[in-house]
Amino acid sequence: MQPHKLQSLSTALMSISLFYLVAFLSIFFSLLVIFSKNPIHSVLYLIITFFTFTVHYILLNAQFLAIVNFIVYMGAIMVLFLFVLMLLNLDEDSEPMKSNILKMAGLVAGLCLLITLVGSMKSLHMSDPVILKNPDLGLVKNLGKVLFSEFLLPFEISSILLLTAMVGAVLLAKREPKTA
Amino acid sequence: MSTTIYYILMIAILLFVLTTIAAWLIWLERRVLALWQDRYGPNRAGPFGLFIVVADTIKLFFKEDWIPPFADKFIFVIAPAIVAAAVLMSFVVVPFAPGIVVADLNIGLLFFLAMSSLGVYSIVLGGWASNNKYSLLGALRGASQMISYEVFMGLSLMGVVMLSGSFRLTDIVLAQQDYWFIVTQPVGFVIFLIAGVAETHRLPFDIPEAESELVAGFHSEYSGMKFGMFFIGEYLGVILISSMVVTLFFGGWLGPSFLPGVVWFFLKTFVFILFFILLRASLPRPRYDQLMEYGWKVLLPLALLNLLITGAVVLVMKE
Repeated sequence: MQPHKLQSLSTALMSISLFYLVAFLSIFFSLLVIFSKNPIHSVLYLIITFFTFTVHYILLNAQFLAIVNFIVYMGAIMVLFLFVLMLLNLDEDSEPMKSNILKMAGLVAGLCLLITLVGSMKSLHMSDPVILKNPDLGLVKNLGKVLFSEFLLPFEISSILLLTAMVGAVLLAKREPKTA
Repeated sequence: MSTTIYYILMIAILLFVLTTIAAWLIWLERRVLALWQDRYGPNRAGPFGLFIVVADTIKLFFKEDWIPPFADKFIFVIAPAIVAAAVLMSFVVVPFAPGIVVADLNIGLLFFLAMSSLGVYSIVLGGWASNNKYSLLGALRGASQMISYEVFMGLSLMGVVMLSGSFRLTDIVLAQQDYWFIVTQPVGFVIFLIAGVAETHRLPFDIPEAESELVAGFHSEYSGMKFGMFFIGEYLGVILISSMVVTLFFGGWLGPSFLPGVVWFFLKTFVFILFFILLRASLPRPRYDQLMEYGWKVLLPLALLNLLITGAVVLVMKE
């Protein structure tokens, strides 16, 4: 075998093993999110899970998506989660007992989701986690060009959706004028 | 192999220089504040009281490192590390001179914003894990303040990105060869500076620790070197924001050629560090709700307007 071929083989092997390591870590930490007793610890594990997603994006050469995932999910949304959890009363004594009907409903909903996921897995075909069809697509420049030409309409519609949510939140938070 | 050694050497030198500067900034701040307030300041240990930093460090290391029994131990220990680590990570993308940069990422500016958004965790987690009402109040204030000001910080920088056409910090510096971006982006500069003060929660925006009402805010329960980490993290943050201002608005290492680029960079950065200290000496702390109102009702519309006008001008100039 030629030396350069050997080298490319070894880099491919390395990125595959890196992929499986990061994939293992994301599953591991997402399990910890569910099983940890303390909600604040759950949130922290969720943050680490999001960080492993960022690593996945970097492995796929999607730099913009990686950094935006980092800024938006790790830097903003999870801070808000923590913020809300701190304002809640987390005493175990005052926690109301969950009724059996609620538990059953949760079980049914979860099983339905599982069946859907398994069903959708069948119709998917496994893609190679390492070799990319278009490796430069994730760079900021190329992504911007695609977003503002080919996918302009869905992009603008989703931004209007976000704007609507924001206006709605402001409207809800606004104090009602006193009716004299 | 030589590139690996280069990187390791680079990181080691950077860590050494930054932590040393941050430590001596404590001395500088106390001396300069004293000068402006017509006092002597620390002048006993060594020439000009320079060794007070050494004395302070030894004191911090020998103090009892107390973890409150009612605290969440793991999170309590990890919180002060986050702020120092996040700020130090940001320095990875700062170009000190041509070729002197640890990693010249092509998403450098976004990387900086991402890392600065991590800093809020140390305040929130430290305040929560302390299990103390003053700490928790400080943490809540810190979280809302930093999340709000992050928004304008990002928006104020987008004008610079439009003008230079790149997120890579080296390209942004090189795009300022004709004129510095302070000329075309004065509004962005002011907003970034204000947001930077709020992000590093320095006076006048040190509302998360406001000692006159919250004891010491989010780090009330911290002692010894864990408190020292918060302290050094704050000074590292000041250096980071100053060097980002210089990189983005004041031409980075660019300057007349009788001095090398690194010297220009450090001189300019030093001016902004002094400005941060002057702010502390001259401005009172605003009320908490005033800070939030000022951010959302003044800075956000201004940043958006700046973005709009910059975009329009860039489009017209192109045609």
